[in-house]
Amino acid sequence: MSVEFLYPEFEVIRNDNRCIACRVCERQCANVVHSYDSDNGIMLSDETKCVNCQRCVSLCPTRALKIVKSDCTLRENANWKDATIKEIYKQANSGGVLLSSMGNPNPLPVYWDKILINASQVTNPPIDPLREPMETKVFLGKKPEMISRDENGKIKCDISPQLELSMPIMFSAMSYGSISYNAHESLARAATELGILYNTGEGGLHEDFYCYGENTIVQVASGRFGVYKDYLEAGAAVEIKMGQGAKPGIGGHLPGTKIVGDVSRTRMIPEGSDAISPAPHHDIYSIEDLRQLVLSLKEATEYKKPVIVKVAAVHNIAAIASGIARSGADIIAIDGFRGGTGAAPTRIRDNVGIPIELALASVDQRLRDEGIRNNVSLVVGGSIRSASDVVKAIALGADACYVATAAVLALGCHLCRTCQSGKCNWGIATQRPELVKRLNPDIGSKRLVNLMTAWRHEIKELMGGMGINSIESLRGNRLMLRGIGLNEKELQILGISHAGE
Amino acid sequence: MKRVYANEKWCLGCRLCEYNCAFANSGEVNMVKALKGKPIFPRIHVDGDESINFAVSCRHCKDPLCVKSCISGALSIKDGVICIDHNKCVGCLTCILVCPYGAVSEGKNGVVQKCELCLENSCGEPACVKGCPNNAIVYEER
Amino acid sequence: MKQYVIIGNGIAAAGCIEGIRSTDKDSKIIVVSEEKYPVYCRPLISYYLEGKTDLVKMNYRSSDYYEKMDCEVIYGHKAVKINKDSKEIILDDEKVIAYDAVCVASGSSPFVPPFAGLDTVEKKFSFMTIDDTLALEAAIDKNSKVLIIGAGLIGLKCAEGLKERVAEITVCDLANRVLSSILDDECAAMMQKNLEENGISFMLGDSAERFEKNTALMNSGKTVEFDVLVLAVGVRANTSLVKDAGGDVNRGIIINDKMETTIPNVYSAGDCTEGNDISLGANRVLAILPNAYMQGKCAGINMAGGDSIFDNAIPMNSIGFFGLHAMTAGSYFKENEGGEMYEEKGAGTLKRLFTRDGLLTGYILIGNTARAGIYTSLIRERTPLSSINFDLLKKDTTFAAFSRESRINKFGGAV
Repeated sequence: MSVEFLYPEFEVIRNDNRCIACRVCERQCANVVHSYDSDNGIMLSDETKCVNCQRCVSLCPTRALKIVKSDCTLRENANWKDATIKEIYKQANSGGVLLSSMGNPNPLPVYWDKILINASQVTNPPIDPLREPMETKVFLGKKPEMISRDENGKIKCDISPQLELSMPIMFSAMSYGSISYNAHESLARAATELGILYNTGEGGLHEDFYCYGENTIVQVASGRFGVYKDYLEAGAAVEIKMGQGAKPGIGGHLPGTKIVGDVSRTRMIPEGSDAISPAPHHDIYSIEDLRQLVLSLKEATEYKKPVIVKVAAVHNIAAIASGIARSGADIIAIDGFRGGTGAAPTRIRDNVGIPIELALASVDQRLRDEGIRNNVSLVVGGSIRSASDVVKAIALGADACYVATAAVLALGCHLCRTCQSGKCNWGIATQRPELVKRLNPDIGSKRLVNLMTAWRHEIKELMGGMGINSIESLRGNRLMLRGIGLNEKELQILGISHAGE
Repeated sequence: MKRVYANEKWCLGCRLCEYNCAFANSGEVNMVKALKGKPIFPRIHVDGDESINFAVSCRHCKDPLCVKSCISGALSIKDGVICIDHNKCVGCLTCILVCPYGAVSEGKNGVVQKCELCLENSCGEPACVKGCPNNAIVYEER
Repeated sequence: MKQYVIIGNGIAAAGCIEGIRSTDKDSKIIVVSEEKYPVYCRPLISYYLEGKTDLVKMNYRSSDYYEKMDCEVIYGHKAVKINKDSKEIILDDEKVIAYDAVCVASGSSPFVPPFAGLDTVEKKFSFMTIDDTLALEAAIDKNSKVLIIGAGLIGLKCAEGLKERVAEITVCDLANRVLSSILDDECAAMMQKNLEENGISFMLGDSAERFEKNTALMNSGKTVEFDVLVLAVGVRANTSLVKDAGGDVNRGIIINDKMETTIPNVYSAGDCTEGNDISLGANRVLAILPNAYMQGKCAGINMAGGDSIFDNAIPMNSIGFFGLHAMTAGSYFKENEGGEMYEEKGAGTLKRLFTRDGLLTGYILIGNTARAGIYTSLIRERTPLSSINFDLLKKDTTFAAFSRESRINKFGGAV
């Protein structure tokens, strides 16, 4: 072929005995992998275009297709791995920054998998969630330090605004533009049905979704896209996005080709113009500056809505969180380095930031140590994959979790990690109308509700096993956790004992 | 009466309904055996252009032109469902001539075929609806 | 309780019975059937010869039909007179039947021109009824040479039905093309070619001058030897009952869009009538099965006191020979009549769409007839072509040519 040739990463294996040449694969592949050879009546595949999104595999009515990893490998080298070498080739071809999507795929430690949960035996009986009431409801926001009474002895209830969640989970920020209208509608409807919240991301709020405002967090990011009075008033809370786990220290860049029609109107920028979110907020260079924005947003929303400050988990996260907790913010959201994205420079995604487990443990401890833990609620995200991850996060000190990757998986995403191409065959990370329509929000919202309902059942099971009947009683209860295969330092940061201790 | 309705907003034009229909009415238990290497005879047809798709099948009209026009008495209404007696049909195609929806087509063996809501096969519910990946075809009362 | 009388027992009569019963479940219905069979599908007689159906399957309705419909059928008798003043029908056995409303569904009869020497032909048949068919069947064998006079629908279907059962078939017609009433020259040539390829011989622009036993002496001077003669020159509407009773009659019995004749309480439906062809904008005998049923049903509803209108009749035919199908509908206006034609030709296919004054008035489709009903409905519903994307529709019978709103109307609810 040529010096630029890279052997395709995947091979399309078609079982010709099964293939009925219905051409569904061809019609469903926006990457144009499949084609029909009318002379011979057979299907052909061009795997150089395949991203292994599995859309064709899922829709093939006779299970005639599978996509496998190519076994054409470069000579083995523990230092120069296949992927590393190919990245060199790509950059030698293009001269450009490598782009990737979704979360860090590298085999870095996943601490959730090295933490085990306790269960009650004999002396403190477990609770059967099928027979006993279990409370998963949480309130997010600043909590009073002590109970205070007025001159008549009545309890004073003038606490800061709170978010009420039926379970300690929210759908984290994904902008309209990075994901489709139908993906947003699915999230909004599911959040409403579940009694939780979803997050607009930084792309503004489509006019059709103002009706879901009570279950919406509106985000204010460095690009300030789509931010105006009605937008701030529409949501149940306002989130200031300082950073994102997948690309800490980096802004965003939605190419002008995606700024069309409703996306342009919702972002309030001209069609075809690039939507550039600067790396910093240009008006925030200190906690004091942040405090100004927090208070400005509170002023704009008449102090009725909690303000969230979202930051990426980075090295000094405990000190940063301490500052935010003093800025007037009600909630701190911390995004770990495995968090997803619609597009990020590969080097940033794979090498910047720290694991959310460690960040959470150290932030919770720092805020406690400084006596300001009740100033804020903590929400953590960045690859919360299951109900047990949620339970572990709560026990490490979180008030609630943000999930996004799991949510888009429920919507059909197969983690092919090519969101940046804009050709999402599942209708999620795309603005092409013929692809967007592949995600019917009737189905999408139902699947999200199913997923969260299942998690809620599992959370109750795990809580019941520990003999805990309220999620609030689990928060920061690190005695319920033990580490496995962790060294002293890791256990110290996590604030947990080793299994067997 | 429950009918099959297509929602063009959600139709992807993937044509799975056509294949599921042809399979459901093939009498075979395996789709590969039923459809591989053969012309298919679906009773539902995906219509549309570059921008919009929608599946068209028998509307089960209350006052059906096909039944009134059938020269062999093969078409009849049973409990609101327009049925065809393949034994009586001689393949004159007059029903195709009159059906304003283009929902009757030539089938195998020179007789015509049309959607009978999968009541005549072992599918139980319309196969097109069951197999639609995007709820673009529904079976409901309106 | 009323008493309804239906004269005739064909498809129009069945429509009429079903129309009456949709409105009046109790009153008496009397059907006068000249033929001794329950209602059967007359166009199937050629399929019977071909072996595609049998006498049982040819029944239009189930065996308990008249019982279920609570009808009395008088078989083997013919109505000879309508006495409009006393509201009575007189049968050929002088039986008198009173009526509150009567539907004349007397159909049509074969027209046999006065050929010289026809009486010398031993085996000669019309091709309209089961009896004609059974008699014809009894007269043929594998060695028969058959001469069919008339290359219209009846003559050609007869030829197709007989093809595998006789040795030779020749069809002659005074017209210079086959199916002259529904096809133009080029389309007719296509159908003729297919028929010829399947072994039918033609002598067009020529007909028998006289017969001498088994020989036909043609106008052209040629002679044709035959064993069996089928006369399929044409049909004439049976109008005499209404005409004799003083009703308006032209080539068929004149009816309005409620199927009323000009005599009070006397309705008419089917091949004996002449009604408005909306594609032509004029009256015409539309002797086709769908119209017979629809007219019958409309008449029945109105006879029983209901309110029904059938005002969008058009000629339309689906006809196929040896696997090649042709569909035609409406009227084909020529350029000097203000018409326009769109044409598409393919391998073995031909499409001609005729438009005038922003409406589709007619079409001819040969070979590919899929979803032709979409075109038919444009003619019947007089859909303004400006309201649809006709440029798209003429190439492909797709509903993408209609607006989203009209698709929602068409497909969105029960129709």
